[in-house]
Amino acid sequence: MKTLLIAECREGKFLDTNYELFGFADKLGATSAMVLVGRQDDLPAFAGKLYLADAAKFGEYNPDLHKKLILATVDQEKPDYIVFGHTSYGWDLAPRVAAALKAPQLSEVVGVADGGFELPSCNMKMRRTVKPQGTPVLLTLQGGAFPVLKPGGTPQVVPLETAGEPGVNFLGYEPAVAKDVNLSKAEIIVSAGRGIGKPENVPAIAALAKALGGELGASRPVVDGGWVDHAHQVGTTGQTVSPKLYIACGISGAIQHLAGMKKSGFIVAINKDKDAPIGEVADVLVVADVMQFVPALTAKLGK
Amino acid sequence: MKILVCIKQVPDMESRFKPDSAGVWYSDTDLAFRMNEYDEYAVEQAVQLKEQLGGEPEVVVLSVGPDRVVEALKKALAMGCDRAVQVQDPAAHLKDPWQIASAIAAYAKGENFNLIFTGLQSQDRGSAQVGVTLAEILGIASVTTIVGFEYADGSVTVRRELEGGLKARVQLKTPALVTCQLGLNVPRYPTLPNIMKAKKKEILTLPVGELLHEEARSVTASFYAPPKKSGGIVLEGDVAVQVDQLLDILRDKTTVLR
Ligand SMILES: Cc1cc2nc3c(=O)[nH]c(=O)nc-3n(C[C@H](O)[C@H](O)[C@H](O)COP(=O)(O)OP(=O)(O)OC[C@H]3O[C@@H](n4cnc5c(N)ncnc54)[C@H](O)[C@@H]3O)c2cc1C
Ligand SMILES: Nc1ncnc2c1ncn2[C@@H]1O[C@H](COP(=O)(O)O)[C@@H](O)[C@H]1O
Repeated sequence: MKTLLIAECREGKFLDTNYELFGFADKLGATSAMVLVGRQDDLPAFAGKLYLADAAKFGEYNPDLHKKLILATVDQEKPDYIVFGHTSYGWDLAPRVAAALKAPQLSEVVGVADGGFELPSCNMKMRRTVKPQGTPVLLTLQGGAFPVLKPGGTPQVVPLETAGEPGVNFLGYEPAVAKDVNLSKAEIIVSAGRGIGKPENVPAIAALAKALGGELGASRPVVDGGWVDHAHQVGTTGQTVSPKLYIACGISGAIQHLAGMKKSGFIVAINKDKDAPIGEVADVLVVADVMQFVPALTAKLGK
Repeated sequence: MKILVCIKQVPDMESRFKPDSAGVWYSDTDLAFRMNEYDEYAVEQAVQLKEQLGGEPEVVVLSVGPDRVVEALKKALAMGCDRAVQVQDPAAHLKDPWQIASAIAAYAKGENFNLIFTGLQSQDRGSAQVGVTLAEILGIASVTTIVGFEYADGSVTVRRELEGGLKARVQLKTPALVTCQLGLNVPRYPTLPNIMKAKKKEILTLPVGELLHEEARSVTASFYAPPKKSGGIVLEGDVAVQVDQLLDILRDKTTVLR
């Protein structure tokens, strides 16, 4: 079995998360070649074939040309699986390649099942096993679902070229806004989620954080809605934190939130839904109305 | 100018999900349905663009699904879309993303839309495929995961969200498709007068059989709840008791309470 792994380069750097692709190939027991639109002086530790296109020439985000580069490699390699990370790069690019190859794509793979792959559904509350019809099969892998594996060695570089007009024009990166709140150093974080109901309830969550001597965190909808500043957001598009104690108040536990906090020492979740996926990582799940429980807890701590 | 918005109707994610009799998707009974969260941003952006251009563009909203999806279409009409298309398919849940995109493309081909808005992903299936696949079938440019949108003179400039708070600025010419990420805008609530006005707007029904002639490229073999994590403590019951129980656990298992 043969996999073609599509690596990602961002702001000139080969991303470490690319090594999860090797972890997946290893799980399948497959051989792999890799495609990278990146830099000659920043190559992966891997002794196989590396199809390398120059990011200075083809851009880091240039879906049309990247699609062509991958298709050229597929022609040569004839892989069974073409594997991406389920990231802004992978979910953007994979369907383009799938459409050109008239091939099946399975998104956000979390496991290998007999004859198919496991995918999350319904905000991770459920799973399904899906069987692709036809080859090659395009897969995007959920971040963290497969282990990081560094094969080691020096790749055998095969230069990759293509020509054509890009359909979109990349104007440049906008840096992340500087954060005036550094959650990564906090020992205790109490985070507000949409389950708190309304912005007027934020102070009650902040009061618990204060009573514990911790910081206020937040899930994305609370930030998008303007209830709490973005500097407090925890998750893939916010901060990654690992406090000794993390208290999630009215947070369902979407993968993008979990990715930012699941390494916390001790996790408490307050949720009225006993089946909320946050239960997967919580050491304690308090099944309660968050606006009844939190003020009661704060009051007790004040005594 | 003509704009298309694609919306999916999904269950409330706080529901309890049970497999259907075939064991390949959730059972519809006892579920409350709503517009896919990501698609609300798509509808809002299309309506904002219509307003920006003095009401000139026609905004068509489309959904593939059983008759209940008409409720989601009505909401989009009340938010300001001009007319709706239901691609009627009682078995839409058995279609894969390729088939859904193909059905939409078959409708969109003759209509020559200048701009298409979709959500980044659907909350129940979450494949993040239908938007880009639709653009590829139609042969138009597309950008995913937008959190900022500007339009001027046939050119679209978007902010595309990457991981860790980084964003990319990307420009593309119409015809184009964008997939909308959470936080792109603040979706409006339909007002009562607009709900009344929406009742007079057209909802066209097209049977899926007229549009779709493609086989599935993937099939769901089973649908199930993930195995429960062992070892987690669940506290239920009276709040005052839960507070005491939690404090005991924290004193026992962590070092943070002095
Ligand atoms: C590319 C991408 C990046 C993302 N990045 C991030 C990120 O960095 N951080 C992030 O947080 N999200 C991120 N998201 C969004 C993520 O997918 C979820 O939509 C989000 O985390 C949900 O936030 P929530 O849990 O607060 O809200 P919901 O999912 O709406 O959950 C609310 C929870 O509150 C509970 N609840 C409701 N009422 C009560 C009550 N009275 N008492 C107790 N519990 C109650 C409900 O049972 C539910 O579980 C991202 C999404 C994408 C696609
Ligand atoms: N049945 C459907 N009808 C109309 N639009 C859909 C449908 N399914 C998905 N879409 C659109 O495609 C986007 C991505 O969906 P998905 O590929 O299922 O994650 C959604 O946000 C919708 O805009």
